[in-house]
Amino acid sequence: MDPLILSRIQFGANISFHILFPAITIALGWMLLFFKLRYNATGDTAWMRAYFTWVKVFALSFAMGVVSGVTMSFQFGTNWPGYMETVGNIAGPLLAYEILTAFFLEAAFLGIMLFGFRRVSNRIHTLATVLVASGTTLSAFWIIALNSWMQTPVGFEMRNGVAHATDWWAIVFNPSMPYRLVHMLLASGLTVSFLIAGLSALRYLYGDRSESMWKALRTGVFIAAILIPIQIFAGDQHGLNTLEHQPQKIAAMEANWNTGPNVPLVLFALPDEAARENKYEITIPDGASLILRHSASGVVPGLNDYAANHPPVFPVFWAFRIMVGTGVLMLVVSWSAAFFLKRRHSLPRPLALVMVPMALSGWLATLAGWYTTEIGRQPWLVTGVLRTVDAVGPVAGSQVALSLAVYLILYALLLIAYLGVLVYLALKAAKDGDTSPLPGVLDAPLSQPAAK
Amino acid sequence: MTLDWPTLLPLIFAGLMGLAILIYVVLDGFDLGIGILFAAAEDAEQDTMIAAIGPFWDANETWLVLAVGLLLVAFPLAHGTILTALYIPVFLLLVGLILRGVAFDFRAKVPAGRKHRWNRIFFLGSVIASLAQGYMLGIYVLGLDVGLGGMAFGALVALCLAAAYAAMGAAWVIYKTEGELQKKAVLWLRWALVLTALGMVAVSLATPLASPRIFDKWFVWPAMLYLSPLPVLSAVLFAWLWRQTFHLPKADDRHALTPFLTLAAIFTLGFAGLAWSFYPFVVPDRLTIWQAASAPESLAIILAGTVVVLPIIIFYSFYAYRVFGGKATDLTYD
Repeated sequence: MDPLILSRIQFGANISFHILFPAITIALGWMLLFFKLRYNATGDTAWMRAYFTWVKVFALSFAMGVVSGVTMSFQFGTNWPGYMETVGNIAGPLLAYEILTAFFLEAAFLGIMLFGFRRVSNRIHTLATVLVASGTTLSAFWIIALNSWMQTPVGFEMRNGVAHATDWWAIVFNPSMPYRLVHMLLASGLTVSFLIAGLSALRYLYGDRSESMWKALRTGVFIAAILIPIQIFAGDQHGLNTLEHQPQKIAAMEANWNTGPNVPLVLFALPDEAARENKYEITIPDGASLILRHSASGVVPGLNDYAANHPPVFPVFWAFRIMVGTGVLMLVVSWSAAFFLKRRHSLPRPLALVMVPMALSGWLATLAGWYTTEIGRQPWLVTGVLRTVDAVGPVAGSQVALSLAVYLILYALLLIAYLGVLVYLALKAAKDGDTSPLPGVLDAPLSQPAAK
Repeated sequence: MTLDWPTLLPLIFAGLMGLAILIYVVLDGFDLGIGILFAAAEDAEQDTMIAAIGPFWDANETWLVLAVGLLLVAFPLAHGTILTALYIPVFLLLVGLILRGVAFDFRAKVPAGRKHRWNRIFFLGSVIASLAQGYMLGIYVLGLDVGLGGMAFGALVALCLAAAYAAMGAAWVIYKTEGELQKKAVLWLRWALVLTALGMVAVSLATPLASPRIFDKWFVWPAMLYLSPLPVLSAVLFAWLWRQTFHLPKADDRHALTPFLTLAAIFTLGFAGLAWSFYPFVVPDRLTIWQAASAPESLAIILAGTVVVLPIIIFYSFYAYRVFGGKATDLTYD
């Protein structure tokens, strides 16, 4: 078996599994801070109940993110030694700063955030929440800087086949970095708001009308409704940035074979790379030119300009469509839900039923988006510097096959267990409602002992 | 040796990496050890043991990420060489760490009937991770390229490192608990110490025998004299701690932290011995730290950050330990 293909599948599986959890923790940290600040401001214990329900989801997601992240830090060495040998001088410091400024911060204060509510003052507990949320966001900042540098590398020079940094500012804030970072942070915000809205809708369907359910539901729906138009705009800007710096990726996303003006927007097609054409095409005339160049006669790059040097078309084309389609669905669902909550102060049952599966829509869109951009970078690992095929290690295919099989089984089982726990926690919260006293405080305002 | 930056930086980073590994082994050692001891504890005791490590385990494991991260960023050539040679044990280590890391959270959140399953997974993951680390240590000291005999030696070190972690775990339980569980932990410590000592002797003998270069570093006069405190002091500490296990726990819980600190000291001595053996190589007898190092300008920028951030990390880590100081009480989110 070919270790290259197996290593790629393994890394792809690992990073796909990993990204699900940061996509939750990055924004959920800030969401928890929001709950906490509302409680601090109003003294309403329902906010604190929402906090305690969702902090459990945070803890579990964080643990899943940590263990799958540790796995990745080892896989750079076990499967892709050529990567660090070539661009280690750039990637190294960025990863080191992620560990030093983000990982320790979030890990150290997570304990206080999770279990410290009665051990430290309310102010320190709020501060711990701020620091954990900052840690997850800072972590996203560094890793997106590195990923974006791999897409659009600048600020370095090659000496004897090894990249050396010449301008760190340019490396960190490389051309695609601000766009990708904003796009990902918004994606995390949407993932979390749909998750909260969806699981609250599940509680609603099970007859839960408690104040903490309403608070979580409203927070989720309104934040989603606000973020989704911003995300559509940010995504469009990101696309224009890609057009400028990685035109072959745009060509694959649009399945456009020939460079030229008046390029149609392909709504549906089965791109055929062997024949270099699209089968069963459904198009809107001039659509792609209008979106990408804001003019019907705008010139859109075509794949044939990059023969043998462009990404596989089929997966990029379809991953992009799944992402955009999910985004449109998110817009429709969140705006409808926001309308009913705002104007009618109720949630129609059919809409609640739709919102439950939409709890995972953020995951779907995030994965599809990352597939678009990562497969869209191929055949390069670092654009123009290092090909994926040249980075793979000397490990035997059979060993990679063994580890891949075990990882896949493990990830599948963990994902089932994780989703099971989410549903279980939601149903338990639905059953308990706000009637059960909070342990230790007998439903009095959450007064707490001062710190020792 | 000229003292310019290209010479100094790899040296500094080798020191930092060594420090990160040592802190990792001591800190994650006790929480992996508690996972191993899970098999010998009853249900209620397991909850207390988890409470003794719950707020810390994640930060403890971050030191492993830092150690591997430093190997990755400071010595990229060595990172690839070592990790591809240890592909399968690294893979097992990761599976173990994944299992125990998530079991930690799942056991507290699933319906009561499923808790036992996750307790078993927590034990299993801890054992696999500890054994894998020991095996990697064994193979590393023999120089990575090993035959069947080397693998057997790796298995022996694996067993002994797991025992050493169990000893750390027991020492932590002595510090964080009281009553029956504390008494039980003293017995666990006594048994685990025997295997720990055996492991240290095995590694200490195998390392010089496997490499003539290392043999010459230890067994020449007067280096022998300067180095003698390492084994002598370790032996004294072992013997003293062994005796202590017949007197613990003491009235008013005096010296509850002493076993843990003693073990940490023994680990540090052993680690210093290994560092002396392998210096200046990062891949035994193949790559020195200078051959494997990243470009000086990249190391410099990491060092600048490290100098600022590491003291802060150590400060707030102490703070986190202080917040959860004292005997462990049940963990609640609210």
